[in-house]
Amino acid sequence: MSVRLGERLGGGVGESVRRVDGIPKVKGEFAYGGDLWHDDMLFGHTLRSPHPRARIRSIDVSEALGGPGVHALLLAEDVPGRRTYGLEFADQPVLAWDEVQYVGQPVAVVAAETPELARRAVGRIAVDYEVLQPVTDMEEALSPDAPKLREWGNVLRHVRIVHGDPDAEADVWVEGYYETGMQDQAALGLEAGLAIPAEDGGVDLFVSTQWLHVDRKQIAPCLGLPEEKVRLSLAGVGGAFGSREDLHMQIHACMLALHTGRPVRITYDRAESFLAHVHRHPSRIWMRTGASHDGRLVNVRARVVVDGGAFASSSTAVIGNATTFAAGPYEVPNALLEGTAVYTNNPPCGAMRGFGAPQVCFAYEAQMDKLAKTLSVDPIELRLLNAAGTGSVLPTGQVIRGSAPVRELIERARDIPMPESERAEIRDPVTYPGGAGNVSRGESLKRGVGFALGYKNVAYSEGFDDFHEARVTLSAGAEGPMAEVHSAGVECGQGLSTVMVQAARTELGIDDVRLHLADTEVDSAGSTSASRQTLMGSGAVQLAARAARDELFSRARAAGHGGELSIEDGMIRSDGAAVGEVIDFLREPVVATRVFRHRTTTAMDHRGQGDVHVMFAFSAQRAVVEVDEDLGLVRVVQVASAMDPGRSINPQGVEGQSEGGTAMGLGLAVMEEIQVTDGIIGNASFTDYLIPTILDMPPVVTEIVEAPEPDVPYGVKGAGENATIVATAAIVSALRHATGRELNRIPVRPDDLVGLVPPVTTSGPPPPPDVPGPEPMPTFFGQDEVQADISPSGEGRK
Amino acid sequence: MLIRVNVNGEWQEADVWPGASLLFALREDFGLRGSKNACEQGECGSCSVWLDGELVCACLVLASQAHEREVRTVESLSGPGEEGLHPVQEAFLEAGAVQCGFCTPGLVVAVADLLDHDPSPSEAAVREALSGNLCRCTGYQKIMDAVSLAAERKRGGDW
Repeated sequence: MSVRLGERLGGGVGESVRRVDGIPKVKGEFAYGGDLWHDDMLFGHTLRSPHPRARIRSIDVSEALGGPGVHALLLAEDVPGRRTYGLEFADQPVLAWDEVQYVGQPVAVVAAETPELARRAVGRIAVDYEVLQPVTDMEEALSPDAPKLREWGNVLRHVRIVHGDPDAEADVWVEGYYETGMQDQAALGLEAGLAIPAEDGGVDLFVSTQWLHVDRKQIAPCLGLPEEKVRLSLAGVGGAFGSREDLHMQIHACMLALHTGRPVRITYDRAESFLAHVHRHPSRIWMRTGASHDGRLVNVRARVVVDGGAFASSSTAVIGNATTFAAGPYEVPNALLEGTAVYTNNPPCGAMRGFGAPQVCFAYEAQMDKLAKTLSVDPIELRLLNAAGTGSVLPTGQVIRGSAPVRELIERARDIPMPESERAEIRDPVTYPGGAGNVSRGESLKRGVGFALGYKNVAYSEGFDDFHEARVTLSAGAEGPMAEVHSAGVECGQGLSTVMVQAARTELGIDDVRLHLADTEVDSAGSTSASRQTLMGSGAVQLAARAARDELFSRARAAGHGGELSIEDGMIRSDGAAVGEVIDFLREPVVATRVFRHRTTTAMDHRGQGDVHVMFAFSAQRAVVEVDEDLGLVRVVQVASAMDPGRSINPQGVEGQSEGGTAMGLGLAVMEEIQVTDGIIGNASFTDYLIPTILDMPPVVTEIVEAPEPDVPYGVKGAGENATIVATAAIVSALRHATGRELNRIPVRPDDLVGLVPPVTTSGPPPPPDVPGPEPMPTFFGQDEVQADISPSGEGRK
Repeated sequence: MLIRVNVNGEWQEADVWPGASLLFALREDFGLRGSKNACEQGECGSCSVWLDGELVCACLVLASQAHEREVRTVESLSGPGEEGLHPVQEAFLEAGAVQCGFCTPGLVVAVADLLDHDPSPSEAAVREALSGNLCRCTGYQKIMDAVSLAAERKRGGDW
C-alpha cells in the first residue's frame, strides 16, 4: 500500500504538511458547536411543524410556560426585527406565524435549565392547525391546477440555454429519462451553537457554520440589531458539505439569549438535524443526445426539474449550475438546455457538495454510455473524442480560458491498474456483496466496469461579487519572528486552515505561523462552498503576506539595506547576504489586511448566454463493481480517480477529497436517500438513512493531474466536489455493465438490480413554464435585493 | 440519582437524571467532551469508550449502569499539550486520517482497542472491526492507512 504521509510539521505550498488543527482533533479537545459551555447557560429546544402545509389557528402555551425550569417561550410575535430570513431571498420565517410550509418548520422555541426540561416544555405547547392541501411532487407543482405556494405560482427559477442551432439534425439519437433521490449531507457534527448576551445590548454567537458574515447579514435584521452588535465566532465544524450554508439555530439562540439575559446553547439531535437543514435536490431529467456516425456530439437537448422544497435557499443557483452543466464537459456545437426549480411543501433543498452537478452528470454520462453502445464504440474512446479542453465553447457561449486537462484525466483514470480478481478459496466472506450480513459466498457474482467524466465551476458564478479578506500580522515572538493569519474563512474539515498557514509560510519564509480564530472582526471570507476556499483563502493570504513582507522590507531599506531583499531562516538578506534578524525589524508588529477577488463573471442573458463561471475543475473516474445477481447486493471493488485541482497546495489533502468525495458519491449511487412520503421524512436517523461504512468503501486509487490555472495564486482551482460528482455516475455505469439493466434512478436499490422493479418511466417532460427570463422569480418581481422580503404571505417585514 | 464512576483512573461522583446516558454524563457532568454525539443510536461509534475494558458506545449505556465501574475515554490516551500522543493518534495525523475530526476520537479508541486485541489484523478484520464507526469526510482510506501504520509500529515494538 502506498501511503503519502504528512511528515513535516512545518512546510509551505505543495507539501503534504500535517493539519494545523490535527492534534486537538485526535485528542478529542477540538471544540465543536455542541461542546461549547458557559456557566449559567440555558438550553434551547424547538417546536416544529408536523404538517407539510397547514394554517396555524392558535397556539396555546399556557401548559408549557409554567413548567419547571422554563425561562422563555418565544413565538413569531416575539421576533424583535424582521420575521423572515434566507440565504438569497428572505422567504423563510424565523418562526411560523400564519402558515407552515413543510414538516419540520420551526414554530416556537423554548429555553430551560436542562435540555430535557426544554424538550418537555416544547411537548406541552398545543398548536391548533388547519391542515391544507400540500404540493409534494415537483411535476405536480408545475401543473396549472396545483395550489399556488407563492403569489406568482410555484416556479422559483427557469433557465433556458440556447446554443447553436437546437434543431440541428444528428445521425443517431439516444434518449433517456433519469431520476435522482434526495441525499443528505449527513455531516457527523450536528447543528449547534452558543449565544451569549452582551452588555452593549448585542450578542456574541459561537456557531458551526460555513459563512460567518452571511449568517450575520441574516441574523441582525431579525434581531433588530445593527450588524456590529451581532458578533460571530466560529465553533468547530464537524463536517458541512453544504448543510451549514443556511441558518439553523442561530437566530433562535440569539433571541432566547437576548430575552433571558443568559447564555443559550442549542444542539440538535440527529432526527432534528434531518428536519433542520437543506438537502440535495431530487431531480428529474429528460435528455436527448445526438451524434454523427463517427461519434461526434452534434446536439444535446436536456430538461431538468429540481424540487426546491418549501423555501428558496440556494435553489436558484443550484438550477443555474445544473442547467449550465447539463451537456457535460464535451464539445457540443448545438444545445437546448432547460432547467426549472420549483417550490413544493417538501423539505427545503439547497447546497450539497456538487451543487446541481451530480444530478446532471448521472444523466449525461448515462447518455454517453448509451451512445457508445448504439455506435458500438468504446465508451472511453467516445469521451476522449468529444472531450472539451482549453478554448472549447460551452453551451452558455463561455469559452474555457483556463486549464482543462480533460483528456489527460480520462487517460490517467483509465490507465490505473485494474484490481486483481480475488481467488475464491482465500477470499474473506466479508468481502462479498452484503458480506457483513454473511449472506453468500459469491455464487452468482457479476463484475462490471464503468467510467464517468464530470465538471463543475469553482467559486461563485453569475456575476456574484466573491471575495475573501485576510489579515497577516508579523511580530517578534519569544523564539523568533511569528506570523498570525486572521480570516473569517471557515474550516469544515477539508483543510482550509492548513492551506492558509502553508501560503503564509511560503510567502514569508518563516515557519511559526498561527491562525486566529475565524470571526467577524475581519471582513467576509465568503462561504466555504463551491470548492472555492483553497483558491480564495490562499489568494487572500498571499496578498496580505506579501504586503506585510513589503512593509518589512521597507523598514530594512529605511535602515540602509538595499539590493534585492529576501527572508530566509529568520534572517533578512540583501542580495543573499544576511543583514539582520527579522525580529530586529519587528519592534512594532507589521499588520497587513488584503482582499482577494477572483475575476468577474456575468449573468446569463435571455438565451442563457454569458461568461457565467470563473473557472472549471474536471474529474474522471473508473469504477469496478461486483453485483450479486440473486440478492441484488453490490460491492464496489475499486474506484480509480483522476483529480484536477489546478495545483495541489497539499497533495495529501487532495487525496482526502478524492477519497471522501468518492464515498459520498457512492452513497448516492447505491445507498443514500431521504425517503419523503406526502412531505414527511420517513428515515431521519442513522439507523434508517445509511451512509457508507468502512465495509462499503473500496480502495480509491487517486492520480492528481497538476495543470495550474493561469492568472490565479499558485495556479489553484479546487478539489472539494469533483470526486463526488463523477463517483455516482461511474458506479452506476459499472452496475449497468454488470447487470445489463437500465438503472435510470439513483440510488439504485436491490430490487432494481434483480429486476423486481422496472426502470422509472415518464409521460414526457413538463412544458416549460411561462416565465419572463432566467432571473429568479423573486428578482423578477422586484425583490432582487439580497435579503429582500418575500415571505409567503407577504407580511414578513415587521 | 447519585453515581460514582472511575473515570480515567479517578473516582468521581455526579447527580444524574435516571434517563441520562453515560455519554451525557461524560460530556455534561464530568466535562469530558472528547466522546462525541452524532446519532445517539449506537450507529456511528463517535462516543466509543471502554467500560470495564470493554469497547462500548457510551450513548447506549445508561449513566447509572456505570455506577461503581471503570470508564476510560479518549482523554486517557495522551498526555497534556502536544506531547505524548498515543501511537494511534500519531498515525492518524501522519496518514491524513483526520478531516473534520468529529469521528476521530471514537475511531482512535476503536483502533487502539482493535490493536490491543490483534496487533496484526488483516484488512478484512480491520474493516469489520471499524464498521461501527462512521466517518463522512475521509472515505476511510487514510484511516486504513493509519491502522496499518500504527500496527506496523506496534509490531516493531515502538509502543
